[in-house]
Amino acid sequence: MPEAAAPPIDDVRPLRKLYRSGDGRWLGGVARGLAGHLGLPVIWVRLIFVGLFTADGLGGLLYAAFWFFVPLGVGGVDAQRPPAAVTAETAPDGRRRLVARKPDKGQLVALLAMVVVAMVFVGNVDLDGSTKAYVVPTLLVAAGVALVWRQADNARRARWMAVGRRRRTLTIARSAAGVLLVGAGVSGIFVLQGSAAHLGAVLQASLAVLVGVALLAGPYLVRMMQDLSEERLMRIRAQERAEVAAHVHDSVLHTLTLIQRNAESASEVRRLARAQERDLRAWLYKPEGTGKDEDEEPDTLAEAVRRSAAEVEDKHGVPIEVVVVGDCPLDERLTAQMQAAREAMVNAAKYGGEGGAVQVFAEVEGETVFVSVRDRGPGFDLDSVPDDRMGVRESIIGRMQRNGGTARLRAVPGGGTEVELEMERTATT
Amino acid sequence: MSDATGASGPTEPTGTDEGGGADGRRVRVVLVDDHRMFRTGVQAEIGRTDVTGVEVVGEAADVDQAVTVITTTRPEVVLLDVHLPGGGGVEVLRRCAPLMSDAENPVRFLALSVSDAAEDVIGVIRGGARGYVTKTITGTDLVDSIFRVQEGDAVFSPRLAGFVLDAFASTDAPPVDEDLDRLTQREREVLRLIARGYAYKEIAKQLFISVKTVESHVSAVLRKLQLSNRHELTRWATARRLV
Repeated sequence: MPEAAAPPIDDVRPLRKLYRSGDGRWLGGVARGLAGHLGLPVIWVRLIFVGLFTADGLGGLLYAAFWFFVPLGVGGVDAQRPPAAVTAETAPDGRRRLVARKPDKGQLVALLAMVVVAMVFVGNVDLDGSTKAYVVPTLLVAAGVALVWRQADNARRARWMAVGRRRRTLTIARSAAGVLLVGAGVSGIFVLQGSAAHLGAVLQASLAVLVGVALLAGPYLVRMMQDLSEERLMRIRAQERAEVAAHVHDSVLHTLTLIQRNAESASEVRRLARAQERDLRAWLYKPEGTGKDEDEEPDTLAEAVRRSAAEVEDKHGVPIEVVVVGDCPLDERLTAQMQAAREAMVNAAKYGGEGGAVQVFAEVEGETVFVSVRDRGPGFDLDSVPDDRMGVRESIIGRMQRNGGTARLRAVPGGGTEVELEMERTATT
Repeated sequence: MSDATGASGPTEPTGTDEGGGADGRRVRVVLVDDHRMFRTGVQAEIGRTDVTGVEVVGEAADVDQAVTVITTTRPEVVLLDVHLPGGGGVEVLRRCAPLMSDAENPVRFLALSVSDAAEDVIGVIRGGARGYVTKTITGTDLVDSIFRVQEGDAVFSPRLAGFVLDAFASTDAPPVDEDLDRLTQREREVLRLIARGYAYKEIAKQLFISVKTVESHVSAVLRKLQLSNRHELTRWATARRLV
């Protein structure tokens, strides 16, 4: 039976831990979780539970036991369901996390079915009159407990999904209803046991005890909660600090060591420092999620320009200042333009680098993309370059012309060379 | 901006061309930065008054101090860090607004920051700063920028020019009051050349205009940036998720 089968499976395959299913559940998510765990259709498990329930309520007991002991998680039945409704992702710490969930439509059906089954059960079981009177209060208590337990599950789930706030009133209402149900059930049992006459006195006495306990334990509890949240805050801060420390350690300290070792080579030191600066700047100022996947190919113009500049800067140790105005997705022509621009940057860094930073300016204006690469080096005359040197002629000018763009090289008034590349975007967008 | 020019800095006469200093010009400067090391560094770089013409008359490490020091010393130029304890450079600008509009003896602000993120740059420019330079700037360039700001001109780094071009890029939607919000063709051209790394002097040569004209174009851009209507700037900021 399920109860006997579950623990061995856990032992054999520790990775597949049994969880109750958080989504698509009807009551506690036990059936769903079990179904996912055992690889059975959910409806079978549910039927088994219902079947067992008729056997002197064993199913109910089993269900309650599972509910009690098995933690809430995401059941393994996701594969069978359309993924659009509910998606689950695995958090870095290995905990599974809920991203979205279906509204619990089945709940109402489940409750109705429960009531019907309970009625049938109560009707079928033959008890003598005095015992039979206890059935209704017991059911009331059970319903109340179920309500509050589900509430606890919801609170836990809400913490994962961080949607707790707006449901606060509902939460309180549900808790209150659960407490009322349990209270009514217990009172019922009490009334049946003793006499109604004593009820008032006993209620007063229990109320007094409750108040006393609240007075004694209340401040302690509040303090504990405060300590707990403070501790959590401290832990988050510590984590943050650890992350920063790790990053600084990995990158900055490493670079500083390299700089110490290469102290006599000014260009190497400069190269390291600039690479480090760019890295840290990206890490500090860029919004979350960008720049993390360094290896991916850039798919917009701005990204491509920055990437090329960074690579050339790292390789040649000449600072490259990049200004990009506007942005657009890369197409085939622009990719060619980017290659030409990169070649221009390499040239500028190689031959004009001693004059200072190389300046790269890219602008998207309507359908035209303009890129300018300028250095402050000695400058050069295209006509004086031998015919067999194909760098500028082929890689820049030729490439641009083949793809329908233009390239101009010119001497800048203040000294240096400027390469201007102009290209029309493909008119598909 | 590069270390290469920085290394060659001392050999050149400091503050050539528009820079001043050697020709007897003087400017009183207050340094606002929360890092003492950085203030010391800047002080060492530009503070040799007889050579650079820059006299550092006060320092401050946070917003309150800055406002007090600026009010008491009345410098001509304030070198202002963008990130400061107590509300940042924008807060200093807000509280010193009356000093900026003083007709007799205006205090001018030059933002000096390690960050060249768009929100920082546009924030202080709209707060009334006359220029924005990053901390990688060389001493010579910084002195040059200080004098330019003192004379009421705007100092645009290529990057800042890029931001401004970006902000005014969408010309197709007609703004409500055109003359205020649109950059003229010439101003756009000037900005583009700045973004491409040209110095003001080179721009003047390129466009066959005088350096003074270039400077007035740049000042006009700055004025428009400060006054440009909510419409365009909001859209610009929204597009970059700055608001």
